[in-house]
Amino acid sequence: MERTLYISPSPHLKDRDSIPKIMYTVILALVPAGIGSVYLFGLRALYVMLLTIAAALLSEALCQKIMKRPITINDGSAILTGLLLAYNLPAEVPFWLPVVGAFFAIAIGKMAFGGLGYNPMNPALIGRAFLMSSWPLHMTVFKTVPRGGTLSGITAITSATPLNVYKHAREIVLNAGTIAPEHVTEVTKATNTLLEYSNNYSELFWGRIGGCLGETSVALLLLGAVFLMYKRIIGWKIPFFYIGTVALLTWIFGGTNGNLFSGDPLFHVLSGGLILGAFYMATDMVSSPVTFKGRIYFGIGCGVLTVIIRLWGGYPEGVSYSILLMNLVTPLLDKYTKPKTFGGK
Amino acid sequence: MFLKKSFSGGAHPPGSKHFSEHAAIENAPLPDEVVIPLQQHIGAPAEPIVAKGDSVKTGQPIAKATKFVSLPCHASVTGTVKAIEERPHPLGVKVPSIVITRDGEDDWYEDYTKETPLDTLSAADIKERIQAAGIAGLGGAAFPTHVKLSPPEDKHIDVLIINGVECEPFLTSDHRIMLERTGDILKGISILMKTLDIETVLIGIEKNKPDAIKIFKQHTNGNKNITIVPLEVKYPQGAEKQLIKAATGRDVPSGGLPMDIGAVVQNVGTALAVYEAVSFNKPLIERVVAVTGAGITTPKNLLVRIGTSFSSCIEYCGGYSDNAAKLINGGPMMGIAQKNDSVPVIKGTSGILVLDKKQADLLSEKPCISCARCVDVCPMKLIPSHMASFVEHNRIDDAYDMGLFDCMECGTCSFICPSKRNLVQYIKQGKAKWNQTHRKAD
Repeated sequence: MERTLYISPSPHLKDRDSIPKIMYTVILALVPAGIGSVYLFGLRALYVMLLTIAAALLSEALCQKIMKRPITINDGSAILTGLLLAYNLPAEVPFWLPVVGAFFAIAIGKMAFGGLGYNPMNPALIGRAFLMSSWPLHMTVFKTVPRGGTLSGITAITSATPLNVYKHAREIVLNAGTIAPEHVTEVTKATNTLLEYSNNYSELFWGRIGGCLGETSVALLLLGAVFLMYKRIIGWKIPFFYIGTVALLTWIFGGTNGNLFSGDPLFHVLSGGLILGAFYMATDMVSSPVTFKGRIYFGIGCGVLTVIIRLWGGYPEGVSYSILLMNLVTPLLDKYTKPKTFGGK
Repeated sequence: MFLKKSFSGGAHPPGSKHFSEHAAIENAPLPDEVVIPLQQHIGAPAEPIVAKGDSVKTGQPIAKATKFVSLPCHASVTGTVKAIEERPHPLGVKVPSIVITRDGEDDWYEDYTKETPLDTLSAADIKERIQAAGIAGLGGAAFPTHVKLSPPEDKHIDVLIINGVECEPFLTSDHRIMLERTGDILKGISILMKTLDIETVLIGIEKNKPDAIKIFKQHTNGNKNITIVPLEVKYPQGAEKQLIKAATGRDVPSGGLPMDIGAVVQNVGTALAVYEAVSFNKPLIERVVAVTGAGITTPKNLLVRIGTSFSSCIEYCGGYSDNAAKLINGGPMMGIAQKNDSVPVIKGTSGILVLDKKQADLLSEKPCISCARCVDVCPMKLIPSHMASFVEHNRIDDAYDMGLFDCMECGTCSFICPSKRNLVQYIKQGKAKWNQTHRKAD
C-alpha cells in the first residue's frame, strides 16, 4: 500500500474557530461605534483610528523582527489593540500621540512579555494609561463639537465630558455648606447642571456628548456587544457583574445631596466609557480569569474600583485603571477559584 | 424533571453519521489470514495453548486467561496456526499474536446453535460462560466483562445502564445492532439483570437515533423494569461517568468506579455478545465494525471476524477514495491513528475511520489566549489549558494537583481550542511522566 497516512494524537477533528477569526469578529463588532464616532467627531476621528492601527501593526512587526520570531501581524490582534486604543483617545489628539501610544501598548504592553497570550494586562489600556500620565493635557482636550451640540453646552474647552462636569458640580453641591455666600450662584448653577444631566439619558445613550472616540455611543457599542455574545466570543458574566456593581454602588453612594441610596445609577452606567470598558476591555481573554467564579469576582472588583475612583478618587473616570488593577489580580483569582472536579470532594 | 437529561460541559463536533447510518450490517467475506493479538483487553495478556502448525477450528480456544482480570482468545476462522510472533497492534505497539491461515469454510468447534435456557443457569455459571467466551467491553475500552459483573460484596448495585449512546462522530455500529438485533440485545440485558440480581435497567440512547429509540420503546412497552432514556446529543455523552450523570443524576467519585455509587454500565454490543455467549456458548469471534469516513469509497457496517486486517475490510468497502489521508482505529475524538492498514480488527475496534486530507491536516499550535473554551467544555470540570502549560514546563506535580488523572482524554478541549493546542497530548505526556517518577519510587 503506497498511500501516505498522517499520524497525530487524538482528537482528529478540530473546530473551525481560530485566533484570527475571533480577533476579526471583535473588530467587526466595533465597527458600528467607529462609524458613529466619525459621524459625531468628523474625519479626524477616522485618521486617528487608522494611525493607531497602522502604528500598532508596524510596532508588532518591528518587535517580532528584532526578537527573531515569526511575524504574526495578520492574526488581527494588533489591529484590535490599535482600534481599542484609538477608541480611548479624544479626536483632538495631535497625530504623533496615537503613534507613540500604539508603540508603547504593543512593545511594552504585549511584546515585552512574550507576545499574544503572555500579556498580563490589557495592552490598549496600558497604552492609554501611559498617554494619560505623560500627556494629560492632550488626553483631556475635547475641542471638537459633536454633531447636534453637546450635553454640556460647551464648545471649546478642556475636560468637557459629562462625568467631569458632573464631578465638579457634585463637589460644589456637596460642599455647599462651606462656601461663602458670594459664591451661591455657583452652587445654583451646579445644581442646575446636575438636574440637567439626570434628564438627558438619551444624549448619553446615543452619544451626542463630548468624550473619547469609542466611548460615547452606548447604542452602537451595545449592538456590537450583543453580536459578540451571540457569537460566544465574550461571555455575560464579566460585563453583567461589572455594570451591575457600578449601578448598585453608585446608587448607594453616588448621591448629590449627601444621602445614601440617592445616586443616579443610569447616568453612571451610560457615561465614562463604562460600556466600552465592560464589554470590550474587561473581557479581553488573555488578561481575565478562565474560571466561572473568577470571572464574577473580576467583574465585581472592576466595578468596586471604578466607583471608588469616580466618587472619591482624583480622576472623574476610573474604568481603565480598575481594569488594569484587576488584570494584575487575575492569576490569583484563577488559582483560588478552581472549579470542583467532577466527582471531587 | 424539567431539566434536560445531560451533563455539564461537552461540545458538538459534526456528527457525520450520514456516511454509514443507513447501511444495514453486511457479513464481510472470510479473510485469508487472521492475526489474533494475545492482548486485546485491559488486564493480563492471554497465554497460547496451541503451537505453530496446529490445525484449529472456528471458535476453538487458542489462548487461555492467565489471571482473574484476563481473557482467553479463540480462533475466528478454520485453518492452521502459521506463527506465534509479534505483530503490529492498533494501539501502536507490537504485541505477541497468533497468526492463522484460513483453509476453507468454517468448521465449527462446537454446536453454537443449541440454546441453553436462562433459568437453568446460575449467576456464577453465567459469569463463567462470559469469561470463557472471551468477552470484553465492546464500546472501546475492552474491560473484561465478567470482572465488571463481579463487584465486591460491599458494593450494592441497584441500576444497570445500557450504553446505546455512541457519541463519537462517524461511528454507527451500535446504532445498526440496536435496529437489527433489538430482541437479542434485550435478551442479553435479561441475562445481565440475572447476573447482577437487578431490577432496574436504563437504556441511554442519543436523540440523533430516533429510530433506535422508537424500536426499543416498542419492544419494552409494558416492561416496568426497563426504561428507555433519550439523551441530548452532545459529546461525550457516551462516556461512562457522563452517561451515569445524565441518566441517574449521580456523580462517580473522583478516582472511583461506577459500582461505588451502585451502577454498572454495559455497551449494547457487549449485551449482544453476552446473549450469544451465555445462551449458545458462542465465543467472541466477530463484531460489527463501522468502516466509514470521507476516505472510504462505500462506507458500510461490516460483521467482521476478529483478527481480519483493516486492509481487507477497506477493500470490501470499495477501497480508499482519492483524497484519503488518515486511518483511525475507532472514532475521531479518541481513536488512534494508524501507520498502515495491516493491523487487525480487535475486540475493541468499533470503527475503521478514514479521514480525507482536509480533515487530516496538522495545524500548528499557537499560544494559549486564555479564552477558557476548554474550561467551559471539559466534562470533568478541569482546567485543561493550565494543566497542559504545567506539563509543557515540566511542572508535573502541579499538573497532578490540578486533577491530571481525572482527565479521561475525551478530546473535547483540544477540539474546541482556537489556538489548536494539543491539550490532550500534553496531558497524556504528563500522566506518563508522573507514572515514571512515582511508580519507580515504589
